[in-house]
Amino acid sequence: MKKFWGSPVVWPIAGLVVLTIINLGFNSAFLKITVLDGHLFGVPIDILNQGARTLVLALGMTVVIATGGIDLSVGSVMAVSGATAAMLLSHGYGLSTAIVAALGSGIVAGLINGILVARAGIQPIVATLVLMVVGRGLAQLMTGGDVVIIKNPSFEYIGNGFLLALPFAAVLAVILYVATHFGLRRTASGLFLEAVGDNPVASRFAGLPVARITCLAYVASGLCAAIAGIMATANIRAADSYRVGENTELDAIFAVVVGGTALTGGRFLLAGSFAGALLLQTLTQTMYYIGVPPAKATVPKAVLILAVCLIQSTRTRAWFSSLFKRRTA
Amino acid sequence: MNATLQRKLPQLATAAVLVAIALGASRMYEGFLSLRVLTNILTDNAALGIASIGMTLVIFSGGIDLSVGAVAGFSSILTVTLIEQHGMHPLLAALVSLGICTAWGLVTGYIVHAFNQPAFLITLAGMFLMRGCAYWITTEAVGLNNPMMTSLAGWELPLGSTFGLPFSAATLLVVMIFGLILGHYTRFGRNLIAIGGSEQSALLMGLPIGATRIASYGLSGFCAALAGLVLVLYTGSGNPSFGLGLELDAIAVVVIGGTLLIGGRGHIVGTILGLLVFGTIQSAIIFDGRLSSQWSRIVVGALLLAFVLLQRILVKRLKG
Repeated sequence: MKKFWGSPVVWPIAGLVVLTIINLGFNSAFLKITVLDGHLFGVPIDILNQGARTLVLALGMTVVIATGGIDLSVGSVMAVSGATAAMLLSHGYGLSTAIVAALGSGIVAGLINGILVARAGIQPIVATLVLMVVGRGLAQLMTGGDVVIIKNPSFEYIGNGFLLALPFAAVLAVILYVATHFGLRRTASGLFLEAVGDNPVASRFAGLPVARITCLAYVASGLCAAIAGIMATANIRAADSYRVGENTELDAIFAVVVGGTALTGGRFLLAGSFAGALLLQTLTQTMYYIGVPPAKATVPKAVLILAVCLIQSTRTRAWFSSLFKRRTA
Repeated sequence: MNATLQRKLPQLATAAVLVAIALGASRMYEGFLSLRVLTNILTDNAALGIASIGMTLVIFSGGIDLSVGAVAGFSSILTVTLIEQHGMHPLLAALVSLGICTAWGLVTGYIVHAFNQPAFLITLAGMFLMRGCAYWITTEAVGLNNPMMTSLAGWELPLGSTFGLPFSAATLLVVMIFGLILGHYTRFGRNLIAIGGSEQSALLMGLPIGATRIASYGLSGFCAALAGLVLVLYTGSGNPSFGLGLELDAIAVVVIGGTLLIGGRGHIVGTILGLLVFGTIQSAIIFDGRLSSQWSRIVVGALLLAFVLLQRILVKRLKG
């Protein structure tokens, strides 16, 4: 229990609780979940379903940030993977081909980022900025600048379907988190990631393949972005290469930072990112329910992130502890 | 290779690319290499150019400002709303939005410096905040009908018998000259580059690190707000969604201009050349007419990559 209170995961969870209480004030049925046609319906289910994309993106971003990097290209990669899937489906290819190709596009994008960062030694912000600029252009080129409508019920299932009464996208996101947790925390690979993020030179002297680990982190992020792209495309049943994934890189980074993973790398908290992404989505949904249009809803998001940054800074902490010292003296 | 030449190499490379693109375009498209096309490039990219100059100053010190696009949108809609719906004098309205945006830039700089936070994250939050505030004023574009502003938008510095230099392009030129002087011929500019080169050394030399860094973010906020005002004149309206993606284009222009993103090395002249490269590519694609506009993003991305790799090789050689 003590370990739980000391962990940074407490913050986003506390935020979630506060938001839930605020929401209950506006709408007493906020937490109510009903069963309709064997599916669960209700606001929390909605938040899980709509938040699935941010959850998946935040997962990939956590891995990259653990190595001390950042991936700005995830929004563009979402557009590319959505466009790939949509174009293949509309040209009569099968569902599995489309999905594999879309995931493949994400892996290739991740590889490009990884090679630029790990092998060419370019700063992560710049290296991924290149793909962020180019990716959206490529996606628009693929769809010819149009919004491609998808008419494929099984593809749509990824974004809107239900598995065991729960939204499929959310179930997929949770499975990915659990799998990543076991893959990273039950093996040494999580430790390797943190070592690379903490001190790449020392890690190399300790015999770690630093470049390969860094590269793989970006591949993981690219893959997550591709999955999120498929989810987003399936959710609206169309590949909109202009708007899909717009500003999602920021959401993902915010979720990770709110969840207590420092941008300096060297340590990561999957549970924190999960809670952070949920907190962000709940905040967005709350704005909808209160009647704030989505365009204006960025203000509370910005205030939240600034507050988190200031709270986490050593200066504020020193100031706080000096306050308490004076009182006890 | 002597040291001066090597230091100027990134800018020389940008100049070479510019000449190559301009010559290539003029061979393919008749009438491309003319004063009129150059004025058009300057006018169409005035907002981007102004924002890039501010961005260059921030990047000199090793920081980055992702909020410039949102600030430009905010200043455009704030100014137009103040003029059209509150009957404020245009000059006063412009001063108010320039003041607010500069103040916000200073606040950003203070948070980055005093709380030792990553510039990238704080300015990202600033981007969300300013964009949201812009939409809070109004979610729709507001047209500009004020006679003083419309006459200013139509004003041109006569260059030839048939065309002239519009006000926005003239503003860009003035900002460029100011940026050049501020960045390379004042103590402030040298301090900025010193901080970017090595904060520790700058501190030990007794340079005013905090004030210089905070001021650079203030200047970037000012430039971004000015870019918003130029957009108002250029389009004859204020729009909360102006400047979407402006920050990325500005960073691309700065990097193409040979300024190192880790700070401490670069030149305003490079940024001006980078802007011309950016504008020339876009004009050439428009001149061609067969290529879709998406290609300009792809070409700019490819150039960005090429220049980043070139910088990487240069830095390695300088160190080794």
